[in-house]
Amino acid sequence: MILGHRMSQWSSKGPILEEDIAMSNIGLDLFGQCRMMFSYAAEVEGQGKTEDDWAYKRPEREFYNVILAEQPNGHFGTTIARQLLFSLWANFMYRELMSSNDQTIAAFATKSIKEIKYHLRHASQWLIRLGDGTPESHQKMQEGLSSLWSYRHELFDIDEVDETLIAAAIAVDPNQFKEEYENRLKELIAEATLQIPEEGYRAKGGKEGIHSEHLGHILSEFQYLVRAYPDAKW
Amino acid sequence: MSDNQLPLWEVFIQSKPGLPHKHAGSVHAADAEMALQNARDLYTRRNEGTSIWVVHASAIIASNPGDNDSFFDPSDDKVYRHPTFYEMPEGAKHI
Repeated sequence: MILGHRMSQWSSKGPILEEDIAMSNIGLDLFGQCRMMFSYAAEVEGQGKTEDDWAYKRPEREFYNVILAEQPNGHFGTTIARQLLFSLWANFMYRELMSSNDQTIAAFATKSIKEIKYHLRHASQWLIRLGDGTPESHQKMQEGLSSLWSYRHELFDIDEVDETLIAAAIAVDPNQFKEEYENRLKELIAEATLQIPEEGYRAKGGKEGIHSEHLGHILSEFQYLVRAYPDAKW
Repeated sequence: MSDNQLPLWEVFIQSKPGLPHKHAGSVHAADAEMALQNARDLYTRRNEGTSIWVVHASAIIASNPGDNDSFFDPSDDKVYRHPTFYEMPEGAKHI
Protein backbone atom coordinates (compact mmCIF):
# COMPACT_ATOMS: atom_id res chain seq x y z
CA MET A 1 0.00 0.00 0.00
CA ILE A 2 2.76 2.35 0.93
CA LEU A 3 4.63 1.63 -2.28
CA GLY A 4 1.40 2.09 -4.25
CA HIS A 5 0.98 5.49 -2.67
CA ARG A 6 4.53 6.45 -3.54
CA MET A 7 3.95 5.43 -7.17
CA SER A 8 0.77 7.48 -7.28
CA GLN A 9 2.82 10.52 -6.31
CA TRP A 10 4.35 10.42 -9.78
CA SER A 11 0.95 11.01 -11.32
CA SER A 12 1.14 14.14 -13.51
CA LYS A 13 4.87 14.42 -12.75
CA GLY A 14 6.23 11.64 -14.91
CA PRO A 15 9.23 12.43 -17.10
CA ILE A 16 7.26 11.51 -20.22
CA LEU A 17 3.56 10.82 -20.71
CA GLU A 18 4.09 7.10 -21.19
CA GLU A 19 5.94 6.76 -17.90
CA ASP A 20 3.37 8.84 -16.05
CA ILE A 21 0.76 6.26 -17.03
CA ALA A 22 3.07 3.29 -16.48
CA MET A 23 3.87 4.36 -12.93
CA SER A 24 0.27 5.19 -12.10
CA ASN A 25 -0.73 1.76 -13.40
CA ILE A 26 1.91 0.12 -11.24
CA GLY A 27 0.56 2.01 -8.23
CA LEU A 28 -2.94 0.83 -9.07
CA ASP A 29 -1.77 -2.78 -9.35
CA LEU A 30 -0.16 -2.52 -5.92
CA PHE A 31 -3.33 -1.07 -4.42
CA GLY A 32 -5.33 -3.91 -5.95
CA GLN A 33 -3.03 -6.43 -4.34
CA CYS A 34 -3.18 -4.79 -0.94
CA ARG A 35 -6.96 -4.55 -1.10
CA MET A 36 -7.14 -8.31 -1.52
CA MET A 37 -4.82 -8.86 1.42
CA PHE A 38 -6.52 -6.31 3.66
CA SER A 39 -9.96 -7.77 2.94
CA TYR A 40 -8.64 -11.21 3.76
CA ALA A 41 -7.06 -9.98 6.97
CA ALA A 42 -10.37 -8.40 8.00
CA GLU A 43 -12.15 -11.66 7.23
CA VAL A 44 -9.66 -13.74 9.21
CA GLU A 45 -9.85 -11.39 12.17
CA GLY A 46 -13.61 -11.85 12.13
CA GLN A 47 -14.52 -8.61 13.89
CA GLY A 48 -16.53 -7.13 11.06
CA LYS A 49 -13.83 -4.75 9.88
CA THR A 50 -13.17 -4.03 6.24
CA GLU A 51 -10.15 -3.34 4.04
CA ASP A 52 -10.75 0.37 4.65
CA ASP A 53 -10.11 -0.04 8.37
CA TRP A 54 -6.78 -1.60 7.52
CA ALA A 55 -5.81 1.14 5.12
CA TYR A 56 -7.19 4.21 6.79
CA LYS A 57 -7.49 3.59 10.50
CA ARG A 58 -4.10 2.21 11.50
CA PRO A 59 -1.45 4.52 12.94
CA GLU A 60 2.23 4.24 11.98
CA ARG A 61 3.08 1.80 14.75
CA GLU A 62 0.61 -0.68 13.34
CA PHE A 63 2.01 -0.66 9.82
CA TYR A 64 4.42 -3.48 9.12
CA ASN A 65 5.72 -2.58 5.69
CA VAL A 66 9.41 -2.54 4.88
CA ILE A 67 11.13 0.79 5.13
CA LEU A 68 12.19 0.53 1.49
CA ALA A 69 8.62 1.21 0.44
CA GLU A 70 8.48 4.51 2.30
CA GLN A 71 11.57 5.99 0.74
CA PRO A 72 10.96 9.14 -1.30
CA ASN A 73 10.60 8.87 -5.04
CA GLY A 74 13.64 11.02 -5.66
CA HIS A 75 14.38 11.15 -9.37
CA PHE A 76 13.31 8.54 -11.88
CA GLY A 77 16.44 6.45 -11.24
CA THR A 78 15.69 6.22 -7.52
CA THR A 79 12.12 5.14 -8.21
CA ILE A 80 13.28 2.49 -10.68
CA ALA A 81 15.84 1.17 -8.18
CA ARG A 82 13.19 0.91 -5.48
CA GLN A 83 10.80 -0.81 -7.88
CA LEU A 84 13.47 -3.29 -8.94
CA LEU A 85 14.52 -4.22 -5.41
CA PHE A 86 10.91 -4.74 -4.37
CA SER A 87 9.46 -6.37 -7.48
CA LEU A 88 12.26 -8.87 -7.81
CA TRP A 89 11.62 -9.99 -4.23
CA ALA A 90 7.84 -10.08 -4.77
CA ASN A 91 8.33 -12.11 -7.94
CA PHE A 92 10.07 -14.90 -6.04
CA MET A 93 7.84 -14.57 -2.97
CA TYR A 94 4.61 -14.85 -4.95
CA ARG A 95 6.03 -17.72 -6.98
CA GLU A 96 6.55 -19.64 -3.74
CA LEU A 97 3.23 -18.51 -2.22
CA MET A 98 1.35 -20.02 -5.16
CA SER A 99 1.77 -23.33 -3.33
CA SER A 100 0.66 -22.01 0.06
CA ASN A 101 -1.60 -24.23 2.15
CA ASP A 102 -3.96 -21.31 2.46
CA GLN A 103 -6.21 -21.22 -0.62
CA THR A 104 -6.85 -17.49 -0.52
CA ILE A 105 -3.17 -16.67 -0.31
CA ALA A 106 -2.33 -19.12 -3.08
CA ALA A 107 -4.99 -17.58 -5.31
CA PHE A 108 -3.78 -14.10 -4.49
CA ALA A 109 -0.22 -15.04 -5.40
CA THR A 110 -1.27 -16.68 -8.66
CA LYS A 111 -3.10 -13.57 -9.73
CA SER A 112 -0.63 -11.01 -8.44
CA ILE A 113 2.48 -12.59 -9.86
CA LYS A 114 1.31 -11.62 -13.35
CA GLU A 115 1.29 -7.97 -12.34
CA ILE A 116 4.60 -8.22 -10.51
CA LYS A 117 6.24 -9.85 -13.53
CA TYR A 118 5.34 -6.79 -15.52
CA HIS A 119 6.60 -4.38 -12.82
CA LEU A 120 9.84 -6.33 -12.73
CA ARG A 121 10.16 -6.19 -16.51
CA HIS A 122 9.53 -2.45 -16.47
CA ALA A 123 12.13 -1.82 -13.76
CA SER A 124 14.74 -4.15 -15.27
CA GLN A 125 14.44 -2.65 -18.73
CA TRP A 126 14.80 0.87 -17.38
CA LEU A 127 17.76 -0.12 -15.20
CA ILE A 128 19.53 -1.45 -18.28
CA ARG A 129 18.68 1.51 -20.48
CA LEU A 130 19.59 4.16 -17.91
CA GLY A 131 22.69 2.32 -16.75
CA ASP A 132 23.91 1.63 -20.25
CA GLY A 133 22.82 5.05 -21.48
CA THR A 134 24.37 8.47 -21.36
CA PRO A 135 26.95 9.40 -18.70
CA GLU A 136 24.25 11.41 -16.93
CA SER A 137 21.70 8.59 -16.88
CA HIS A 138 24.40 6.14 -15.79
CA GLN A 139 25.44 8.34 -12.90
CA LYS A 140 21.88 8.99 -11.76
CA MET A 141 20.85 5.35 -12.02
CA GLN A 142 23.92 4.34 -10.03
CA GLU A 143 23.13 6.96 -7.43
CA GLY A 144 19.52 5.78 -7.15
CA LEU A 145 20.59 2.18 -6.78
CA SER A 146 23.33 2.93 -4.26
CA SER A 147 21.07 5.06 -2.08
CA LEU A 148 18.55 2.22 -1.66
CA TRP A 149 20.83 -0.79 -1.91
CA SER A 150 20.98 -1.81 1.73
CA TYR A 151 17.25 -1.40 2.27
CA ARG A 152 16.69 -4.67 0.47
CA HIS A 153 17.90 -6.75 3.40
CA GLU A 154 14.76 -5.99 5.38
CA LEU A 155 12.71 -7.90 2.82
CA PHE A 156 14.36 -11.02 4.20
CA ASP A 157 13.76 -10.35 7.91
CA ILE A 158 11.32 -12.75 9.53
CA ASP A 159 9.78 -12.71 13.00
CA GLU A 160 7.95 -15.33 15.15
CA VAL A 161 4.64 -14.73 13.40
CA ASP A 162 6.33 -15.52 10.08
CA GLU A 163 7.97 -18.58 11.57
CA THR A 164 4.65 -19.97 12.77
CA LEU A 165 3.12 -19.47 9.34
CA ILE A 166 6.16 -20.89 7.60
CA ALA A 167 5.95 -24.01 9.74
CA ALA A 168 2.31 -24.38 8.70
CA ALA A 169 3.31 -24.01 5.03
CA ILE A 170 1.10 -20.97 4.74
CA ALA A 171 3.89 -18.45 4.42
CA VAL A 172 7.31 -18.81 2.87
CA ASP A 173 10.76 -18.07 4.23
CA PRO A 174 12.21 -15.52 1.83
CA ASN A 175 15.72 -16.64 2.71
CA GLN A 176 15.00 -19.72 0.59
CA PHE A 177 15.34 -17.58 -2.50
CA LYS A 178 17.73 -14.96 -1.21
CA GLU A 179 20.62 -16.35 -3.22
CA GLU A 180 18.55 -16.45 -6.41
CA TYR A 181 17.49 -12.86 -5.73
CA GLU A 182 21.05 -11.62 -5.19
CA ASN A 183 22.31 -13.44 -8.26
CA ARG A 184 19.62 -12.03 -10.48
CA LEU A 185 20.34 -8.52 -9.17
CA LYS A 186 24.02 -8.95 -9.98
CA GLU A 187 23.17 -10.11 -13.51
CA LEU A 188 20.95 -7.11 -14.15
CA ILE A 189 23.44 -4.67 -12.66
CA ALA A 190 26.18 -6.09 -14.86
CA GLU A 191 24.00 -5.87 -17.95
CA ALA A 192 23.29 -2.25 -17.08
CA THR A 193 27.07 -1.64 -16.86
CA LEU A 194 26.56 -0.42 -13.29
CA GLN A 195 28.59 -1.17 -10.17
CA ILE A 196 27.30 -3.25 -7.29
CA PRO A 197 26.94 -0.63 -4.57
CA GLU A 198 28.70 -0.83 -1.23
CA GLU A 199 26.56 -1.85 1.68
CA GLY A 200 25.38 1.14 3.66
CA TYR A 201 22.84 1.79 6.41
CA ARG A 202 20.73 -1.32 6.92
CA ALA A 203 17.16 -0.36 7.70
CA LYS A 204 15.13 -2.59 9.95
CA GLY A 205 12.16 -2.44 12.26
CA GLY A 206 9.30 -2.15 9.80
CA LYS A 207 7.85 -5.41 11.03
CA GLU A 208 7.75 -4.11 14.59
CA GLY A 209 6.02 -0.94 13.50
CA ILE A 210 9.16 1.16 13.78
CA HIS A 211 9.44 3.24 10.64
CA SER A 212 11.41 5.96 9.00
CA GLU A 213 10.24 9.54 9.32
CA HIS A 214 8.52 9.29 5.95
CA LEU A 215 5.65 7.05 6.99
CA GLY A 216 4.05 9.70 9.17
CA HIS A 217 3.88 12.10 6.24
CA ILE A 218 2.60 9.43 3.89
CA LEU A 219 -0.18 8.40 6.24
CA SER A 220 -1.24 11.93 7.08
CA GLU A 221 -1.79 12.54 3.37
CA PHE A 222 -3.32 9.15 2.70
CA GLN A 223 -5.61 8.95 5.70
CA TYR A 224 -6.54 12.61 5.90
CA LEU A 225 -9.89 12.42 4.15
CA VAL A 226 -11.22 9.47 6.13
CA ARG A 227 -10.03 10.86 9.41
CA ALA A 228 -11.42 14.33 8.75
CA TYR A 229 -14.77 13.10 7.44
CA PRO A 230 -15.31 9.66 8.94
CA ASP A 231 -18.83 9.28 7.59
CA ALA A 232 -18.06 10.45 4.06
CA LYS A 233 -19.57 8.36 1.30
CA TRP A 234 -19.45 8.63 -2.45
CA MET B 1 8.22 18.09 -33.96
CA SER B 2 10.94 19.15 -31.52
CA ASP B 3 14.28 17.35 -31.29
CA ASN B 4 13.63 16.45 -27.66
CA GLN B 5 10.94 13.88 -28.38
CA LEU B 6 11.79 10.22 -28.44
CA PRO B 7 11.01 8.42 -31.71
CA LEU B 8 7.37 7.92 -32.62
CA TRP B 9 5.77 4.49 -32.97
CA GLU B 10 2.30 3.67 -34.27
CA VAL B 11 0.34 1.15 -32.21
CA PHE B 12 -1.99 -1.54 -33.56
CA ILE B 13 -4.12 -3.68 -31.25
CA GLN B 14 -5.80 -6.98 -32.07
CA SER B 15 -8.93 -7.35 -29.98
CA LYS B 16 -9.37 -11.09 -30.46
CA PRO B 17 -7.19 -13.73 -32.06
CA GLY B 18 -7.87 -13.95 -35.77
CA LEU B 19 -9.15 -10.40 -36.14
CA PRO B 20 -7.09 -7.68 -37.81
CA HIS B 21 -4.89 -5.42 -35.74
CA LYS B 22 -6.47 -1.97 -35.61
CA HIS B 23 -4.65 1.32 -35.27
CA ALA B 24 -5.12 2.57 -31.72
CA GLY B 25 -2.80 5.53 -31.52
CA SER B 26 0.86 6.27 -31.05
CA VAL B 27 3.57 6.32 -28.40
CA HIS B 28 6.98 7.84 -28.04
CA ALA B 29 9.72 5.48 -26.95
CA ALA B 30 13.45 5.03 -27.23
CA ASP B 31 13.34 1.53 -28.70
CA ALA B 32 11.10 -1.37 -29.67
CA GLU B 33 10.85 -3.06 -26.25
CA MET B 34 9.91 0.21 -24.53
CA ALA B 35 7.44 1.02 -27.30
CA LEU B 36 5.75 -2.32 -26.70
CA GLN B 37 5.56 -1.72 -22.95
CA ASN B 38 4.31 1.82 -23.37
CA ALA B 39 1.66 0.66 -25.82
CA ARG B 40 0.56 -2.00 -23.35
CA ASP B 41 0.34 0.60 -20.57
CA LEU B 42 -1.51 3.20 -22.61
CA TYR B 43 -3.75 1.23 -24.94
CA THR B 44 -4.65 -2.00 -23.16
CA ARG B 45 -5.73 -0.68 -19.78
CA ARG B 46 -9.28 -1.90 -20.24
CA ASN B 47 -8.58 -5.28 -21.71
CA GLU B 48 -8.76 -3.96 -25.26
CA GLY B 49 -6.82 -6.75 -26.86
CA THR B 50 -4.67 -9.83 -27.02
CA SER B 51 -1.89 -8.70 -29.29
CA ILE B 52 0.07 -5.51 -29.86
CA TRP B 53 2.06 -4.43 -32.89
CA VAL B 54 4.27 -1.37 -32.71
CA VAL B 55 5.68 0.03 -35.90
CA HIS B 56 8.26 2.76 -36.15
CA ALA B 57 6.41 5.71 -37.64
CA SER B 58 9.04 6.08 -40.32
CA ALA B 59 8.22 2.56 -41.56
CA ILE B 60 4.70 3.64 -42.43
CA ILE B 61 4.24 5.09 -45.89
CA ALA B 62 0.90 6.80 -46.26
CA SER B 63 -0.96 7.88 -49.35
CA ASN B 64 -0.89 11.56 -50.10
CA PRO B 65 -4.29 13.28 -49.62
CA GLY B 66 -3.50 15.39 -52.66
CA ASP B 67 -3.69 12.19 -54.73
CA ASN B 68 -7.15 11.25 -53.46
CA ASP B 69 -8.83 12.17 -56.73
CA SER B 70 -6.73 9.84 -58.84
CA PHE B 71 -6.36 7.15 -56.16
CA PHE B 72 -9.92 6.78 -54.94
CA ASP B 73 -12.49 8.59 -57.09
CA PRO B 74 -12.30 6.19 -60.04
CA SER B 75 -13.55 3.29 -57.90
CA ASP B 76 -16.63 5.20 -56.88
CA ASP B 77 -18.62 4.70 -60.07
CA LYS B 78 -17.85 1.10 -60.91
CA VAL B 79 -20.83 -0.65 -59.44
CA TYR B 80 -20.07 -3.86 -61.34
CA ARG B 81 -17.14 -4.47 -58.99
CA HIS B 82 -19.54 -5.25 -56.16
CA PRO B 83 -20.79 -8.83 -55.86
CA THR B 84 -24.30 -7.54 -55.13
CA PHE B 85 -24.52 -6.12 -58.66
CA TYR B 86 -25.03 -9.58 -60.06
CA GLU B 87 -28.19 -11.64 -59.93
CA MET B 88 -27.75 -15.32 -59.33
CA PRO B 89 -29.48 -17.31 -62.11
CA GLU B 90 -32.29 -19.64 -60.95
CA GLY B 91 -30.44 -22.89 -61.42
CA ALA B 92 -27.31 -21.71 -59.59
CA LYS B 93 -28.88 -20.69 -56.30
CA HIS B 94 -26.87 -23.11 -54.21
CA ILE B 95 -23.34 -22.63 -55.44
